[in-house]
Amino acid sequence: MSHQLRVNPIACNGHGVCAELLPEIIELDPWGYPILRSAMVPPALVVHARRAVATCPTLALLLERAQNRRP
Amino acid sequence: MTVTAPPAAQAGSAALPRLLAGVGHQLVPGLAEHEREYGTLWLRGRSGQRRPERLIDMVEAAGLTGRGGAGFPTGRKMRAVAGRGEAVVVANGAEGEPASAKDRLLLTYLPHLVLDGITLAADAVGAAEAHLCVHRQEHDLIDGLAAVVAERRRAGLDPVPIQITGIPGRYVSSEQSSIARYLNGGPAKPTFSPPRPHESGVRGRPTLVNNVETLAHVALIARHGDSWFRGAGLPSAPGSMLVTVDGAVRWPGVYEIELGTAAGEVVMLAGGPAEDLQALLIGGYFGAWLPVEVAWPVPMTRAGLRAVGGALGAGVVIALPGSSCGLAETARVVRYLAEQGAGQCGPCLMGLPALAGAVADLAFQGGRGTAVDAIAGLLPLIEGRGACRHPDGATQLARSAVRAFIADARWHDRCGPCDGVRRAPLLPIPGDEEQDWNWT
Repeated sequence: MSHQLRVNPIACNGHGVCAELLPEIIELDPWGYPILRSAMVPPALVVHARRAVATCPTLALLLERAQNRRP
Repeated sequence: MTVTAPPAAQAGSAALPRLLAGVGHQLVPGLAEHEREYGTLWLRGRSGQRRPERLIDMVEAAGLTGRGGAGFPTGRKMRAVAGRGEAVVVANGAEGEPASAKDRLLLTYLPHLVLDGITLAADAVGAAEAHLCVHRQEHDLIDGLAAVVAERRRAGLDPVPIQITGIPGRYVSSEQSSIARYLNGGPAKPTFSPPRPHESGVRGRPTLVNNVETLAHVALIARHGDSWFRGAGLPSAPGSMLVTVDGAVRWPGVYEIELGTAAGEVVMLAGGPAEDLQALLIGGYFGAWLPVEVAWPVPMTRAGLRAVGGALGAGVVIALPGSSCGLAETARVVRYLAEQGAGQCGPCLMGLPALAGAVADLAFQGGRGTAVDAIAGLLPLIEGRGACRHPDGATQLARSAVRAFIADARWHDRCGPCDGVRRAPLLPIPGDEEQDWNWT
């Protein structure tokens, strides 16, 4: 089963913890908000993604099972 | 913007006018005139054996898409709401787009058509609650609609009572999740989705949010059927739509066109160019600039416009004269859009003012050879990163301006502003005093 990451941009305040914990996928824009290089999380990184999700101070990072969402 | 629909508007199409057939009376038509013009509306079937979902089949077969800007298939949206318990219907008449006047025209001159559509939609999806939302500062419009609702109540027309609700006048407040949030007692700002309103909207109920023009089309489809609806427009994009034409045309106003009409033909309906044109802004402030030679033959459909990097939006067409500066026009609009954000999402909160600064720098300063690249660098940092489409609309407009006015952009970037920046602004932007600064 594959996992994908999503940011709730309303909740995100740009603390930047996620980019520290998951630099393979997340980088920060010039204002400190996360940019996902790819939404899909390779299996080897799922543990790290979970840690980033759990550590976000505003709970703005979401790890979801990959599925087709409506446009 | 004058709100007019001269009879000449429909010249050239045998199928039209449809929505606008009842415009032209000196006064706003009452219920009797409305029924004489469009026919009496019957909710189909006797009680006990009624199949209100039948309307959804018809709307789906008609191929009607949302006329508020997003263009989602209306039948599919209705089906997503129906059959999930007590629903809520919201008619969106809060025309956030400063350049658009069509929803106001419908609500002012043809309110019964919109209210027919609300009642039909409420019946079809099993709603027990219906709202008609307009900007709350439009007191005259609200008073007029309240009188129309009262007239219909006396006639026993709307089994589900329709509440007129004034909502904040901010640009993003008429986004569908903003309206649902406001009706739930919150600020009129977009929410993070899913859930979308059709899943969980007003008081957690499945909520159908439709533009008022979309609902007016539903009122005609219920009367005449889906094949009648497909008798105008293209097989792939059926029906008619309202467009607001403004800028350097002889007769600015609201016109009804068949989908697929060439953009140039729309300009000709509005009396033709008032002076030499260099570009059309199609779709409004969430739309795109197209050089006039590109835009002229393009069919007014979502697919047709997307193929040339444009957007249909809510059907705004603004003609830019050759002596105006498209970059200066764009700079003012992007500044306005930056101020109109909800301030919820970082990339929009930080990115749009930066983009507005970069476009203004290109338009009004330039001369350093860095402004075009600065804009190009900002766009990917903004688009697709908000909870709603507000940032994406602004980036699409900015990107299209640099592309459509590339020769002018290079001139500005190298040598400074062109002569056009001295011309008075063409695109309408609400002044501070007209704006509603409260979200709740």
